[in-house]
Amino acid sequence: MESLFETFRARAQAVSAEVHRFTAKSEALDFIAEFLESQTAGATESPVVWADGPYLDSSDRERMRARVPALTFEVTRERAASAAAGITEIEWSIADTGTLAGDFRTAERRLASTLPPLHIALTCTRAIQPDLPALFTRLHPRQSSYISLITGPSRTADIERVLTIGVHGPKRLIIVFVDELEAQ
Amino acid sequence: MSRTDFHESIQAAIANPNLTGALGRFSEAYRVSRAKAYEGIDFEAVRTRIAGLKSYAAAHLEELAAEFTRNAEARGAKVFRASSAQQVNDYVLDLARRNGVAGVVKSKSMASEEIHLNAHLEKAGISVSETDLGEWIVQLAGERPSHMVMPAIHMTKEQVSEVFSKEVNERLSSDIPQLVAVARRELREKFLAAGMGITGANMAVAETGSLVIVTNEGNARLVTTLPNIHVAIVGIEKLVAKFEDAVPVLTALPRSATAQLLTSYVTIVTGPSPNTDGSLKDLHIILMDNHRTEMSEDPKFRQAMQCIRCASCLNVCPVFRLVGGHVFGKTYTGGIGTILTAWFEELKKSQDIQSLCIQCGSCVEVCPGKIDIPDLILELRRRLVKEEGQPLMEKAAFNIVNNRTLFHSMLRAASVMQKPFAKDGLIRHLPMFLSSACEFRSLPAIAEKPFRDVFPKIEQRPGREKIAFYAGCLIDFAYPEIGEAVVNVLNAAGVEVVFPMGQTCCGAPARYSGAYEAAAGNAKDNIAALLAEDATQIVSACPTCTVALKHEFAKTFESLGMTGRLESAAALASKVVDFSSLVERLVKEGRLAIPAAEQLETLTYHDSCHLKRTLKADHEPRGLLRQAGYQITEMAEADICCGMGGSYSLKMPEISAPILERKLKNAAATGAETIAMDCPGCAMQIRGGLDKQGSGMRVKHTAELLAERLKK
Repeated sequence: MESLFETFRARAQAVSAEVHRFTAKSEALDFIAEFLESQTAGATESPVVWADGPYLDSSDRERMRARVPALTFEVTRERAASAAAGITEIEWSIADTGTLAGDFRTAERRLASTLPPLHIALTCTRAIQPDLPALFTRLHPRQSSYISLITGPSRTADIERVLTIGVHGPKRLIIVFVDELEAQ
Repeated sequence: MSRTDFHESIQAAIANPNLTGALGRFSEAYRVSRAKAYEGIDFEAVRTRIAGLKSYAAAHLEELAAEFTRNAEARGAKVFRASSAQQVNDYVLDLARRNGVAGVVKSKSMASEEIHLNAHLEKAGISVSETDLGEWIVQLAGERPSHMVMPAIHMTKEQVSEVFSKEVNERLSSDIPQLVAVARRELREKFLAAGMGITGANMAVAETGSLVIVTNEGNARLVTTLPNIHVAIVGIEKLVAKFEDAVPVLTALPRSATAQLLTSYVTIVTGPSPNTDGSLKDLHIILMDNHRTEMSEDPKFRQAMQCIRCASCLNVCPVFRLVGGHVFGKTYTGGIGTILTAWFEELKKSQDIQSLCIQCGSCVEVCPGKIDIPDLILELRRRLVKEEGQPLMEKAAFNIVNNRTLFHSMLRAASVMQKPFAKDGLIRHLPMFLSSACEFRSLPAIAEKPFRDVFPKIEQRPGREKIAFYAGCLIDFAYPEIGEAVVNVLNAAGVEVVFPMGQTCCGAPARYSGAYEAAAGNAKDNIAALLAEDATQIVSACPTCTVALKHEFAKTFESLGMTGRLESAAALASKVVDFSSLVERLVKEGRLAIPAAEQLETLTYHDSCHLKRTLKADHEPRGLLRQAGYQITEMAEADICCGMGGSYSLKMPEISAPILERKLKNAAATGAETIAMDCPGCAMQIRGGLDKQGSGMRVKHTAELLAERLKK
């Protein structure tokens, strides 16, 4: 797990993703709450959207809502379009390429991970797969009508080949790994 | 396009510093970053898998299309099989009308460009927005993509700012992040308002009915999420059998296209997913044929179905980086684009653009689909000559070359007639219609005495092995001194060199001009002459001739259905070897020792295309030169074409000249006094260019440099 995580971190950072790691879910949630507080301070207009996923239970949601007033778990098109940040819970990742991989069949997950300028992904350290073939034994079109692999933030080099981040999707991708993370 | 318009479009492209500057810098960076992206990956293994799975798919198109349809429909998608462009356009327009769609957002789709879908929809009053940044820029500017992966690479940020300013009605700066932010803002509104999203697909997986879509900007995720209707237009060459087939393609595509380990987003759509209003996506997948089945049924061109559209053949092409994509036509560009245009539009449309290929083979080395693009372009040339006929001048020339006695006596006559133009063995000016041939480089004068007259006078020690020397026209009639050097080096190793007098032109000029009958005539004559001699091997000091003898005689016979000649071609091929590989073997066997000198002039080595890429001999000449005591300072892009390409430099002087200029610059930057090579054709081009520049750099064939050492 350690070497997979180290590879993931190096590869993901190389494509401008930000990588954090915590042992317990509560620590990760504290980190996300603090981060969102710092980001959304004063900007009460913009919501923060959190798409439903496997990792949070109702008390976690309550606690997060209490700490981050802009946070909503009801993701709509309009809210996502005006959101300062979107949070998704992602099942898998690939060390080899620094990639997040998950089932995005719900519209909420797609909205939260595409429209806001900031995407925070909560994921489990133990679910890191070494490479693409290993991932495809875990995540297959049989189980999901919409699979997304995400490697770093949205990028383009279409003007004079100058790398520019955040053209259509998120400008920042913050990946939060938790070692002890269980599906609820 | 007329021939003149075509040449004018080439000249305009070459004279555009934005285009050549951007493409030139990109091509230099690409080689390095591509290699880095493939670190730790066995490229040969990956591309063998891709070639295998794609050729399987090409051979089972109907079966896979049916399986895909079944599986995608079982998951709730609507699949429409379209044989023509018109059917696709009508289907999409009808769908849009029935659903009252006013606005369409698109992520990049070459298939939709191929059928001019945007124009079709716009004519019906539907607004269409490209959302890939480069495509959007090009769309707003009313231009065409100049590169398959980087559509706006020909434009500067100032030009983009100009275009965007007009679109948003405000004066914008040319700051790139700000321009990108404007695109984000403007296109975001269009995404949210659109009633239909159109994508292409990089793969369509038969086994699961899935579409695999690769992007960096994230626009395909928005296009497939925000509008309630998703239409995917998929050329049937994108079909693969198994889901696991996605692995090698996803390994190679990002690395080869943009030197990334993986693109920012890979989206796998299998049937409809919920829309943002809770309804289910209306998912339409159009499997488009548009001549692909025809192409897959052609035994030669089936290979082109192995393309994964990475555009690496453009990125390594010494011609593409000069002319860019605009000279190629409407949709597909570069080497593979030439082939696709010939099939998806018509063969005649490739008449001009196929002539851009200099046959250097750089693309063959990097193609993840293992497509022999130059070979397929030659086949286009052959079919064009068959259908459209050979230009008269060329036809006359090849008729002469096919008659050895006439050809050789004309060369002898020319050696006399050229006298007013030749000085120090070079021709610097020619009158009238021949003048463009030596505008950018001097030409060698035809030798007073061809090698065939010199050979009998060369003194040889008796040897214990007999090897036949095949000179080729350039050594025979322009550079007999290279031939002499070859004989001297081999004889020093105890080899008795024989020179079969019946040998003639190797037929490469005819073959590369699509005149296969003439090439076959040359092949027949040479096989008879060379096999008549009782020699253990046949050596040539011209890589183009070596490749002709070793590989192309058989291919030419095969193309013409002359299967009865294949056996003799194979017998010849098994004996043919290039000079440096032969000498390396003789040294290894202890039959030749090259006395190393203490102090020699500094040297750089130019890899000839055929030697490096077809004969795979790049270490051999370098090893021999080092043994002779030379320190080799490698030049940048040592293995990129010098621009000669046989008659290419005469037909396309406007392209040949800047390629040569780059080569000379790279060679000069090493500070070396001598530039060595194994090809008399490259020597002719490079020597001619240096002469025009007044450079004192020496140009020598490896055989000459070795012979110099052995003489001392």
